[in-house]
Amino acid sequence: MPAGPRLSARDRGLLDGAEGEARRLAMRVLVRLAEMQEAPRLIDVTRAHIDGCILTGPAIVAFAERLVKLGGRLAVPTSTNVISVDRRHWRDQGVPEAWAGQAGRLADAYLALGAAPTFTCSPYQEPDPPRPGEHIAWAESNAIAFANGALGARTNRYGDLVDACAALVGRVPLVGLHLDAPRLGRVVFELDDRGDLDDAFFPVLGYLVGAQTGGEVPVVDGLTGPIRADDLKAFAAAAATAGAVGMFHVVGVTPEAPTRAAALGGRAPARIVHVGAEQLGSAWSALSTPSSGALGSVAFGSPHLSLPECRELASLVEGERGAPGVGVVLTTSVRVHEAAVRLGLAETLERFGAQFVCDTCVLNTPLLPPGGGTFMTNSAKYAHYAPGVLGRDVVFGSTRDCVRSAIAGRPVVATPGWLAA
Amino acid sequence: MIVAGSADGPVLASDVPLSLWGGVDARTSEVIDRTHPLCGRRLTGHVVVLPAGRGSSSASAVLLELIHAGCAPAAIVLRGLDAVLAAGIVVAEELFGRSLPLLVAEPDLFARALGARHASVRPDGTLNLDTVSNID
Repeated sequence: MPAGPRLSARDRGLLDGAEGEARRLAMRVLVRLAEMQEAPRLIDVTRAHIDGCILTGPAIVAFAERLVKLGGRLAVPTSTNVISVDRRHWRDQGVPEAWAGQAGRLADAYLALGAAPTFTCSPYQEPDPPRPGEHIAWAESNAIAFANGALGARTNRYGDLVDACAALVGRVPLVGLHLDAPRLGRVVFELDDRGDLDDAFFPVLGYLVGAQTGGEVPVVDGLTGPIRADDLKAFAAAAATAGAVGMFHVVGVTPEAPTRAAALGGRAPARIVHVGAEQLGSAWSALSTPSSGALGSVAFGSPHLSLPECRELASLVEGERGAPGVGVVLTTSVRVHEAAVRLGLAETLERFGAQFVCDTCVLNTPLLPPGGGTFMTNSAKYAHYAPGVLGRDVVFGSTRDCVRSAIAGRPVVATPGWLAA
Repeated sequence: MIVAGSADGPVLASDVPLSLWGGVDARTSEVIDRTHPLCGRRLTGHVVVLPAGRGSSSASAVLLELIHAGCAPAAIVLRGLDAVLAAGIVVAEELFGRSLPLLVAEPDLFARALGARHASVRPDGTLNLDTVSNID
């Protein structure tokens, strides 16, 4: 084995239990990982985001409750990802009591450790997002990609379990995306001029980039026109679903890519991938299952909807009515939902027939039973996981097409202009 | 070798990355990702050969669940280090005193592992492969 990381006096104290047994356990795990990754030392992080509050089974509950029992207290401000229950409305949603109980126990354990009940997979949309250059320990694949790529903050792809360890001691191994060089782009995705883009373009591009990146940092070159934060969010979530993407650059858009040369650190790329109609077409097709039946559900909000997205949806459904038998689900945080209520957007959306689900999402709580008809969404992440997790056929489409389909009661998908050869 | 140990079992291999969360049932170890070549197979008891994990941060928790439930792979062989998967094994060791070997194989060895039928891992980290014979 290579020599382990150089430890600070505090690190050694943590290993000796100077700050309690929970932090000792956390530090042991972090030092093991630092050894594996051949990190020279550990560094401080300013904040953490916990993904381990998602209920995967009894073991994750045992882990979190062990930390509480050992007297654990998180060392840095820590937000929480989606949990596996809508704490206010699970009964109305038909979620079994046993499930809600386990999911609630898990969430409570992290709150007992000192985490904030943000319960959202879009933590970068919360007040006071991380700043460029800030070292953080975030879990949740889409949040990691957004924090690095879109915000210029620095986090590795932390998983469940390590997220809590890092939050308990405020330390992480100094490797990977915390350093300068590994953040540089290696694979360039060169885009044709695709004309006018709609919101479906970004998740499709992200899905393509993620599938073809293979652990190297992608650089997207050739995007012109205004790009909203929500477009980058959809891109990042799709890329991190399709591949192990923790960092990305969009030339002229993201903070570490003012130019293509800057994104690449002045080096030649390892690979250049041309992205035209054909490549986009196969990514677009891969997001829908080969067959689909009667429309059962339309879901928006993976990652969790922002307030601008709620506003856009409200304007699309104004005065319309969703078809009977089609459940329209909007997943977001309690904070965004409350803002949508204050602004009257929630009323418009609920009059249409949409249902807000907060704290969680359709992949993490048993809200949509299998066999409930085809699932339609504008999210690449929902589209990718729904066949396996929900056991349903999936149709992917733009926000506008999802709304039109909810009204029509069947999938209505127009081939976007940017897919034309 | 990233996590030490010994193991022996049939090989379950794919060169397509697999996300344990959303791609594997945490109670049974069955691959549920319909787009994955191993869909429908169970990881339990196999020497699982994969290039890497995939997107989800919850892969470590799913691996912890599989170890806790007694339906984990016998060993995992990867092409590159995946710290998310490694974390699941390290925490299982700390919490439950149970583990499984995790190896990172050089490209040549990895390529041979993809085509192997059976594999064993020795405590020193050696990977022995039983490849499919052409002579029946």
